[in-house]
Amino acid sequence: MARTTTKRPARVRNTRPARKPKARKTNRAKISPSLVAAHGLSAEEYQRILALIGREPSITELGIFSAMWNEHCSYKSSKIHLRTLPTKAPWVIQGPGENAGVIDIGDGLAVVFKMESHNHPSYIEPYQGAATGVGGILRDVFTMGARPIACLNALSFGAPMHPQTRHLVAGVVAGIGGYGNSFGVPTVGGCVRFHTRYDGNCLVNAMAVGLAQSDRIFYAAASGVGMPIVYLGSKTGRDGIHGATMASAEFGDATEEKRPTVQVGDPFAEKLLLEACLEIMAKDCVIAIQDMGAAGLTCSAVEMGAKGGLGVTLDLDAVPCRERSMSPYEMMLSESQERMLMVLKPEKKGEAEAIFKKWGLDFAVVGKTTPTKRFIVRHRGKIVADLPIKELGDEAPVYDRPHLEAPPKPVLLTAAAVAPPVATADALLRLIGCPDLCSRRWVWEQYDHVILGNTVQRPGGDAAVVRVGDDGPKALALTTDVTPRYCEADPFEGGKQAVAEAWRNLTAVGARPLALTDNLNFGNPERPDIMGQLVGAIHGIADACEALDFPVVSGNVSLYNETNGRAILPTPTIGGVGLIDDFTKSATLAFKRENEAILLIGETAGWLGQSLYLREICEREEGAPPPVDLAAERKNGDLVRALIAEGIASAVHDVSDGGLLPAIAEMAIASGIGAELDRPPIAASAFWFGEDQGRYVLTVEPGVAETVMARAHAAGVPARQLGLTSGDALTLEGERPILVARLRERFEGWLPAYMAEQPA
Amino acid sequence: MKSAVVVFPGINRERDMARTLTLISGQAPVMVWHADPALPAGTDLVVLPGGFSYGDYLRCGAIAARAPIMDAVRSYAARGGLVLGVCNGFQILCEAGLLPGVLMRNAALKFICRDVYLRVERSDTPFTRGYNAGQVIRVPTAHGEGNFIADQDTIARLEAEGRVLFRYAAPDGTLDPVWNVNGATNAIAGVLNDNGNVLGMMPHPENHVEASLGPTDGRGLFAGLADHFKQAA
Repeated sequence: MARTTTKRPARVRNTRPARKPKARKTNRAKISPSLVAAHGLSAEEYQRILALIGREPSITELGIFSAMWNEHCSYKSSKIHLRTLPTKAPWVIQGPGENAGVIDIGDGLAVVFKMESHNHPSYIEPYQGAATGVGGILRDVFTMGARPIACLNALSFGAPMHPQTRHLVAGVVAGIGGYGNSFGVPTVGGCVRFHTRYDGNCLVNAMAVGLAQSDRIFYAAASGVGMPIVYLGSKTGRDGIHGATMASAEFGDATEEKRPTVQVGDPFAEKLLLEACLEIMAKDCVIAIQDMGAAGLTCSAVEMGAKGGLGVTLDLDAVPCRERSMSPYEMMLSESQERMLMVLKPEKKGEAEAIFKKWGLDFAVVGKTTPTKRFIVRHRGKIVADLPIKELGDEAPVYDRPHLEAPPKPVLLTAAAVAPPVATADALLRLIGCPDLCSRRWVWEQYDHVILGNTVQRPGGDAAVVRVGDDGPKALALTTDVTPRYCEADPFEGGKQAVAEAWRNLTAVGARPLALTDNLNFGNPERPDIMGQLVGAIHGIADACEALDFPVVSGNVSLYNETNGRAILPTPTIGGVGLIDDFTKSATLAFKRENEAILLIGETAGWLGQSLYLREICEREEGAPPPVDLAAERKNGDLVRALIAEGIASAVHDVSDGGLLPAIAEMAIASGIGAELDRPPIAASAFWFGEDQGRYVLTVEPGVAETVMARAHAAGVPARQLGLTSGDALTLEGERPILVARLRERFEGWLPAYMAEQPA
Repeated sequence: MKSAVVVFPGINRERDMARTLTLISGQAPVMVWHADPALPAGTDLVVLPGGFSYGDYLRCGAIAARAPIMDAVRSYAARGGLVLGVCNGFQILCEAGLLPGVLMRNAALKFICRDVYLRVERSDTPFTRGYNAGQVIRVPTAHGEGNFIADQDTIARLEAEGRVLFRYAAPDGTLDPVWNVNGATNAIAGVLNDNGNVLGMMPHPENHVEASLGPTDGRGLFAGLADHFKQAA
């Protein structure tokens, strides 16, 4: 599967000098092996360049190759595996390979969405790194003609006690809010996790979702010879040069020195760019459009030509620059933000220019399309680059790297293997207030989640729900999910589970899951064990997509997430999009009233391997993760969705991290209503805290509980009644009652208290 | 009610505001560009909506306050025309000298998006006639700089003249620092100018007007204004 080039900067190789290659100056610099290595190109890749062009490249050309052939832009390590992902369905308008995926939601409307990482910049400079991550993904969406209607994110940080963590959380959250709030898009959902394996590499995955008319989607492929190529948006500076190339190496101790490679976001410019782009698209001025992200002008111009089967000639003297005497090398590799490249209809040039001038943005014709399939760059009358465009772009090198599958972990299923160290009530109080399970209110209150006036379900539920258009009746359900500890223990099952959980979260609010975007975050793919994780996870994702009819329509791969040889937990984040036909009928997780029957849908074996209970209460990170039975997943979910649509289920919550009792506690906390729960059929710790998959808790009127269970059994779906909603406490047979207020205090307490402490 | 919504570059809640005005008054507002020299003839209400005008890279609202359209807004206000500024609009009105005081960074030094409770202090103004005095309404806030501050004399005058229309309060209407979302002086969420025709407020009543999305406490403000003009006509 060819993926769209991405816009990320960057990371840094510990073996490489922290400074930029010293070569920006003249085009006549001698190309030495160390210069080649400093550009992140292998000796073999350099030989390939020599063979391709039949001469030594100029320094500008070397920079262009390094920008196009780095891991980040070329997907050279992952491409052959990504091709195995299911990407088609009748409702898919555009799968992977463009700026974002596009799906049809009926009524002439399309949803455009994608998720992308900005991991390395966010670790180096958390505020700007996260902010420009949001900016980049928003541009991907409106480049295709969609107005962004929601953002989500998935954040992974190091252990809370690591000295960097608090600083990274504060900066990343402020950066995401700072950009999205100012741009004017609601940030409605996401996930946040902490684990020591992210100590040296935090993950910032940002997702944007936009709405377009399904017959008015704009693509990157240029068409027509001699068409003007126009530069739009902010001016070009020296920021972010080589960002994408450096996003293809590991971190070392010199990471701090990389700060100058992170760009600075300007959400105000982006807001203007959005309005101007949508305006000229509405006036039918645009043939092709590509935003300038990773590898800036180089990548966007090459993509437009390569995808259109055309050549491109650029005249750098026309590029609007914010700094003086920038070299061609610098202009071609700058990652200054908030810039776009467009192929315009020649007769509409005047009209388009007037619109951009109105919004106060730069507008310059910087080149034209040619019939030659060459990428030619001119500067002060000289040709500084003349390269074959296909080989730079969609025919970049592809590797089948060696990959090793880790041996399966032993199953750790029986309660006998995990003796409960504390009483159930104490375990619940600890779990509900632990870093990975407690409330994320401190985070999402810093994001404007109500702007645009269409947020039906705000953050804190299973999935966010956003009304389509201003009147509905349709709505989108949106979620981001992954359980990295499962992926570490078994990449295949973990990959499956990430997709299944996204599907389940969308189902839990009543949506029909339609498609997903994936953001695959892993360590160094040159290590066979890491490559094994990537391959295993992709296979798991593919299986789940297939079984659940839930195709991948866009995505991004972030590799080399490791520091001094220690990789992150494998983190294939899934961003799911589902459709609700009537937004007034979405389900929420809060209990609605007392004396309703609480039902559990799905099979409970009491799987404690890799559970939060095992980690947080027993202090063991062991075992195989819970397997996902995809056929059961689908049956269970289809039943729950029907019960929501028919108005039978009054509250619904999926069972995930922490297991059943934390799920019930969250439903109680959200409502203030407690529950009386029956004695469990198996060992209490396994029943209440096992993380068996494919399960939901829902409430129904007591009179229909029997009918609902009979209906479930007839459909082959396991169902049992757990008890009744009641009072202001959770009451478990044989345990002391736990006040909902006490649970809420624990649930809401940890994150604000942690962030308020002085940095270590 | 003929309303005009002023759009400065970087403003981003103009659609929310326009939709609410249309929904409640039955008449779509005219969107007025910041570079325009004049307001549409016959305008009943001018609204400065929320957002980040010019990125708010300088003091919030400082650049917008000097946009060409603001001369027209000033003379419109001087003639007694009603002006409503919400969030960034409030900041712009302060910077333009149409309202006293200034909006500092939130006391917690963070952007906060949260539903708050406002105590309506008076119901005898065109802006609050849709509420009862003492009524508590629930509306969202979404700002990083909403901490209202003015010198002691100004605060004393605002209080003495009954120009504080909204205060951050507990759900039962009592004043408690815990519920003062941004640390504003005297929990001030909205103030009037000395003529009573210009209101600035930080929270977003325009985002709480549809029952299918949640609370509808914001309706009263717009319904009251629409009634005011219906009665005048």
